[in-house]
Amino acid sequence: MDEAVKFHFVVDGNDFTSAGQASVQIKKNLRQLGIAPEIIRKVSIAMYEGEINMVIHAGGGEADVLIYENRIEIILTDNGPGIANIDLAMQEGFSTAPDNIRSLGFGAGMGLPNMKRYTDAMQIDSTFGKGTRISMTVNL
Amino acid sequence: MTVGEMAKTLQLTPITVGDESRTWSGVYIGDLLSWVMGRAACDNAWITIMSNVNIVAVATLVDVAVIILAEGVTLEESVRNTAAAKGVNIYTSEKTAYELAKELAGLQP
Ligand SMILES: Nc1ncnc2c1ncn2[C@@H]1O[C@H](COP(=O)(O)OP(=O)(O)OP(=O)(O)O)[C@@H](O)[C@H]1O
Ligand SMILES: [Mg+2]
Repeated sequence: MDEAVKFHFVVDGNDFTSAGQASVQIKKNLRQLGIAPEIIRKVSIAMYEGEINMVIHAGGGEADVLIYENRIEIILTDNGPGIANIDLAMQEGFSTAPDNIRSLGFGAGMGLPNMKRYTDAMQIDSTFGKGTRISMTVNL
Repeated sequence: MTVGEMAKTLQLTPITVGDESRTWSGVYIGDLLSWVMGRAACDNAWITIMSNVNIVAVATLVDVAVIILAEGVTLEESVRNTAAAKGVNIYTSEKTAYELAKELAGLQP
């Protein structure tokens, strides 16, 4: 097991205006670590989508980013309502976002598909009524 | 071509100017933020009518060169401050997204 560089963030579910802060911070951290720009872009966009989802759909959560020699892992955990049907949620265009969120430009149902597209592996574990854990890996 | 030169040619009104010497290439038009994150490319000029604070984070993460607000859309002061702090280039124009894109296309090599 190689040592990982770790970052931990608490994602506030009540403050929509500051949503995305963890992802913007990670972008800075990765740049300081000298990670390649294409990798930074993938990691920070995938994490932002997940972070926004936790704020919109789950009332907030936590984000962990682990940087290993050969990969970056992003783990998002929340105690929200869970995802009833993961296959459906993964489909482009599927969204349960309310109107006030849609008016902000979210709710296209493209977040989870983007997370999949920008990462090399993605695993969703969700218990309806309990919460969701999403882990994503970007290979270096 | 730099963002500053482009803004001058298209007579855009500056809102926040982080780095007008940045080079832009290509255009993406869209208001749904996950579409922008999935499809816009680094260094694009992003044309939108969306004006809430999340456009600043999206522009930063996607690393577009400039946001051009179409149809005379402006930003609230708090959003402007966030954008200025992040060094994002944002301009506004009375023109429609179509008119802006047409003019931008004329500037592409
Ligand atoms: N952390 C989560 N907890 C509970 N439900 C979630 C969570 N993340 C996603 N979902 C569900 O999956 C659906 C699809 O998510 P996705 O991110 O693809 O789209 P969206 O967030 O609705 O819109 P967009 O991401 O395009 O702004 C959501 O509408 C929501 O029902
Ligand atoms: Mg989403």
